[in-house]
Amino acid sequence: MSHWSESTQERAREIIDLYPQKRSAVMPLLYLAMAEEGHLTETGMEEVARWCEITPAQVLSVASFYTMYKRERTGKYLISCCTSISCMLLGGDEVMHAVEDESGVPHGETDEEGLLSVEHAECIGACGGAPAVQVNYELIEGVTPDKARDLVTWLKKARPVVVNTDEMQELFGGRRSFDWAIPETDGAIGPFPAFQPLGTVESEGGE
Amino acid sequence: MSTPLVVTKRMTEYPSDSHTIARYEATGGYEQAKRALGMTRDELVGEVKTSELLGRGGAAFPAGVKWGFLAPERPAYLVVNADESEPGTFKDRQLLERDPHQMIEGMIITAIANEAHLAFIYIRGEYPKPARRTQRAIEEAYQNGYLGRGIFGSDYDLDIVVHLGAGAYICGEETALINSLEGERGEPRLKPPYFPAAKGLYMKPTIVNNVETMSNIPHILEMGGEAYRDLVIALDTGTYMISLSGHVKRPGNYELPHTLSWRELIYDIGGGIRDDKELKAWIPGGASAPWFVPDEHLDLIVAKEACALAGSMLGSGAVVVMDEDTCMVRAAERIVRFFSHESCGQCTPCREGTTWMEMILRRIDEGAGRPVDLDLLIDVSDGISVGLQWPPKMTTICPLGPSAVSPIIALRDYFRDEVQRHVDLGGCPFELKSGETRARAPSSLAGAGPEVRGGSTGSIPSDRESAGEGSS
Ligand SMILES: Cc1cc2nc3c(=O)[nH]c(=O)nc-3n(C[C@H](O)[C@H](O)[C@H](O)COP(=O)(O)O)c2cc1C
Ligand code: SF4
Ligand code: FES
Repeated sequence: MSHWSESTQERAREIIDLYPQKRSAVMPLLYLAMAEEGHLTETGMEEVARWCEITPAQVLSVASFYTMYKRERTGKYLISCCTSISCMLLGGDEVMHAVEDESGVPHGETDEEGLLSVEHAECIGACGGAPAVQVNYELIEGVTPDKARDLVTWLKKARPVVVNTDEMQELFGGRRSFDWAIPETDGAIGPFPAFQPLGTVESEGGE
Repeated sequence: MSTPLVVTKRMTEYPSDSHTIARYEATGGYEQAKRALGMTRDELVGEVKTSELLGRGGAAFPAGVKWGFLAPERPAYLVVNADESEPGTFKDRQLLERDPHQMIEGMIITAIANEAHLAFIYIRGEYPKPARRTQRAIEEAYQNGYLGRGIFGSDYDLDIVVHLGAGAYICGEETALINSLEGERGEPRLKPPYFPAAKGLYMKPTIVNNVETMSNIPHILEMGGEAYRDLVIALDTGTYMISLSGHVKRPGNYELPHTLSWRELIYDIGGGIRDDKELKAWIPGGASAPWFVPDEHLDLIVAKEACALAGSMLGSGAVVVMDEDTCMVRAAERIVRFFSHESCGQCTPCREGTTWMEMILRRIDEGAGRPVDLDLLIDVSDGISVGLQWPPKMTTICPLGPSAVSPIIALRDYFRDEVQRHVDLGGCPFELKSGETRARAPSSLAGAGPEVRGGSTGSIPSDRESAGEGSS
């Protein structure tokens, strides 16, 4: 029996249909499992194993390979500070330090309430707008240590249901890698990427 | 003389709606995909071969030649690499966010040329916004009948699926990417087969190309292979996109307007160094590339051949500029940390070597370096990349391990004295000069819990002993 909600199960079925082989759906289904429970649990991985017709050990072996599958309790907001080369050159370490200090949460940990998780990240593809920070993988470019502190305070106070990149950029960002030009309406609702792989695929692959 | 913009033209002229199908079609979009349906595989591959388009994912392999390698077995697949994670690189993100239809049309043409009916685009997990933009564009294309059953009213079926990565740089390596798409750990495959075009996804012939490579394809058909090649020759390397970052006044993505020297790129296009400081060094082609310094390289041209002759590469086109106040030990540590963090752990020299290099660099940066440390670094590096040369002699399954050695080559050749001063002073000379201790981001394994990269041996100091699964 599935532990997942009807709608999640429906989505799992549709995602599997996108691929010629069930096992290929393991990555999107792991995200689905995270969305269902806030992070990746044993139950979630067993569920993915059943859908993909592989063993839970195989699912764990895949899940543990990737940093974005969080197998420990993760905050509602995951703050990732880039400290790779281009960000480091322009103060990324200081931004990271400000986030840790203001939130009281060190790298790789989550606060007691389960509101904030903090991590340092390797390059997040925003080097022209360094230093860069993501909240639930939604981007803010050109962040200063002071703005980073403001961001932490804001997340604690405002507790936005949906984390929107343009809103955060407006409030806490500075120089961008390039002109974003087009406003983004969607945003993230938890510590996993806000993306749905389901399009309007009519046929079932090229076989 | 400047050549016209190619892949960034539409987004430059129509910033507010270059991502929509309406704008794309109003500017000639999807005409070439329609035309491709009436062309044979040989004609299409021939056109791209003639164009001399080089892959933009880092290896600069001629795209048409790769397509020519496609094995006869079917089904064949197309996989577009949007895993863009090489530090310094952010061009594919702009292409996906601002002009996704251009890449999709490139994918349609490439799929037709390679007889694929199912295509994937593998987008890194940290790019949800580019992934949403791409997905919306794909949906628009389905609605218009450009994807799905019988595209453009023909009898050709084509589906495109967006697949999200989950935070592993190594999945950018094409065979790791294929494993990841199959639902396995993203570990590179042993070669041969050298090209997925022979055996790739599900062991079937598979073309893997980068986002920027795909974005060029419609233009090649539109202007013709020969005209495109003239552009390539005029520019030495073609309409390369450069991601410029670090201590320049105007960072950003730039499509090269004509053949440039590094001096022109950094000072004219990039506006020079912030606060008008002196240039100290720059990385010419992503974190994997050996560094350049002003005394030797400033007047070389920004092109594949010239970089190769000088012992480096244009790679992913990511240029990271460092000013006179940059600590070279810290910069090297940050790049080595990246590779140490992202090593998949399959090959001992890469897994153990990058860990050691990171620890030694960190110790020098923190003031605990010993006089032998630079030679130790070079020795460990030599164990990963024999002879420390570029391109490397391969002792590992993939080039990630040898890439980690690039900053060490720079320390050895240009900044030996600076390393020595760290050791002599028992600290970072830049910190001691300013009197401020700077914040330091965690090492690659801090906070990683009990699970560190697979298979570390007992020779690694205590905080790294707890071997387990897990990577990157
Ligand atoms: C460690 C490593 C990481 C790579 N990362 C990427 C990447 O993020 N994006 C990319 O397009 N190619 C990347 N590549 C290159 C791919 O293996 C492959 O050559 C490329 O996607 C082919 O496309 P192209 O011929 O259009 O450049 C990487 C290679 C290695 C060895
Ligand atoms: S060189 Fe490093 S990243 Fe590449 S396969 Fe070997 S261990 Fe993995
Ligand atoms: S180095 Fe920070 S986003 Fe690339």
